[in-house]
Amino acid sequence: MKILVCVKRVIDYNVKIRVKSDKTGVEKDNVKMSMNPFDEIAVEEAVKMKENEIAKEIVVVSIGTEACKETIRSGLAMGADRGIHINSDEDLEPLNISKILMKIVENEKPDIVLMGKQAIDDDSNQTGQMLAALSGFSQATFASKVEKVDSFLNVTREIDGGLETLKLSLPCIITTDLRLNEPRYASLPNIMKARQKKIDSIDVSTLGLDLSPRLSVIEVNDPPERKAGIMVKDIDELMEKLTNEAKVI
Amino acid sequence: MKILIVAEHDNKDLKPSTLSCITAAKQIDTNIELLILGFNCDAVIQNASKISGLKKIKFINNEDFKHQIAEDLTQPIMNIVKDAKYTHVMSPSGTFGKNLLPRISALLDVQQISDITQVIDHETFERPIYAGNAMLKVKSTDKIKVVTVRGTCFEQALLDGNVDVEEIKFTTNNSEKVKFLKHELSESDRPELTSAKIVISGGRGMQNGDNFKLLEGIADKLGAAVGASRAAVDAGFVPNDWQVGQTGKIVAPDLYIAVGISGAIQHIAGIKDSKFIVAINKDEEAPIFNFSDYGLVGDLFEVLPKLEEKL
Repeated sequence: MKILVCVKRVIDYNVKIRVKSDKTGVEKDNVKMSMNPFDEIAVEEAVKMKENEIAKEIVVVSIGTEACKETIRSGLAMGADRGIHINSDEDLEPLNISKILMKIVENEKPDIVLMGKQAIDDDSNQTGQMLAALSGFSQATFASKVEKVDSFLNVTREIDGGLETLKLSLPCIITTDLRLNEPRYASLPNIMKARQKKIDSIDVSTLGLDLSPRLSVIEVNDPPERKAGIMVKDIDELMEKLTNEAKVI
Repeated sequence: MKILIVAEHDNKDLKPSTLSCITAAKQIDTNIELLILGFNCDAVIQNASKISGLKKIKFINNEDFKHQIAEDLTQPIMNIVKDAKYTHVMSPSGTFGKNLLPRISALLDVQQISDITQVIDHETFERPIYAGNAMLKVKSTDKIKVVTVRGTCFEQALLDGNVDVEEIKFTTNNSEKVKFLKHELSESDRPELTSAKIVISGGRGMQNGDNFKLLEGIADKLGAAVGASRAAVDAGFVPNDWQVGQTGKIVAPDLYIAVGISGAIQHIAGIKDSKFIVAINKDEEAPIFNFSDYGLVGDLFEVLPKLEEKL
């Protein structure tokens, strides 16, 4: 079986986000970038499937600037076999990303497509579902457990109120949630080995897609601030405040 | 303009988030229809027919909709949207809407706007990005706007109306690709986290799952929901659907009580729309105090029993 893992390069989750003073976006210059943490979980799941001899080959794809190759490399260092980099200098919306991925799916014919449930930059949570609709592949979002049973995958999903388990026929698309696994750290020898692995580069303009944006950014603002309130000395004072001042109990 | 709202329900109850979604829709236009896709969901339809401000309810009763599998719901929604020329398709942004609406959006060839917190006008919306660390105002140029709505940011529509109900016939070619196996849903008499008026949450400071009983006693007296920080969930104290925060549930109750929670940015992002926040923590330097209206420094094992006694 072949697994395609889609990864996005995003501002590292530890970086404090700063909104630009002209309100056009957030500051990305000289900011540490990393693989989207949910996508890292997707790579880990693919590597585990390969270790368990469910999958033969893992292909990592990323869409964006030249720097995305670095993100692909970190997936290769975790254990993926080869990479595909779709070169684009534009910030692409999820619909356009899913159209590009559809082209890759047509070429690569994977049995399983894995990706994070959302990217931690725009928090859209759309790409996997869009790709599933466009490709007709079975869909399981927010996966917290994936098990192969005969020629099917049983996927447990984190939904509001608990868990749901679906039986998917292949090919399928699975988006990963936090509790699916804990991604490994790449070892130094594996980082060295990853340098030898192949990354194909494709320029987005050669795909013949209309990728014009559908949304226009009006402005980006800081969230409204919450001011620190007061400290109370004991439960009696807290109860008094909640009853008489806040009037919430 | 004409708005279609896809109802979130479990064939028994209409989820309150659907009522919030309707309020958001009313800020766009008054021509609003609700679509209920379910199986033997008469109670849901009856309840929905009392929603004030709806033009019409359309429903399809079909066994294939029993488990609300995204594949099975996609085609009927596409048929209805195409036939009736809607300008907006909306749903609450819980896991139901998140799972389903991007499919509709892709098939309509439009770019969805996820998890809106504010309606600016019929084509402009505000939504959080970077885990709520920035707010994006964005305008859609698509003919049909597909939008999911953050329930906690809009009041629930009132139930004092009388809406016409229309049944639509639909014979499915149900998806053989995906089969439902099972649900493991948390059973609880307490209100749901996202719609509770009061929420009390515990963090790593609770030390273990048993100690959450201290919170549950208080919750029962207050009629509150019980939540937890990601640290407490990851430590295995409580199930993951208790998690409050950017990657868990976003809550906005009248009163949020954070116990033994330090106040990581992820957690704050999930509670900052609460009307009043109370923090109880033994570490007076804990960041949660910078976001709380009332802070109490103290050992939770002494404070909680006293609080329960006072209620």
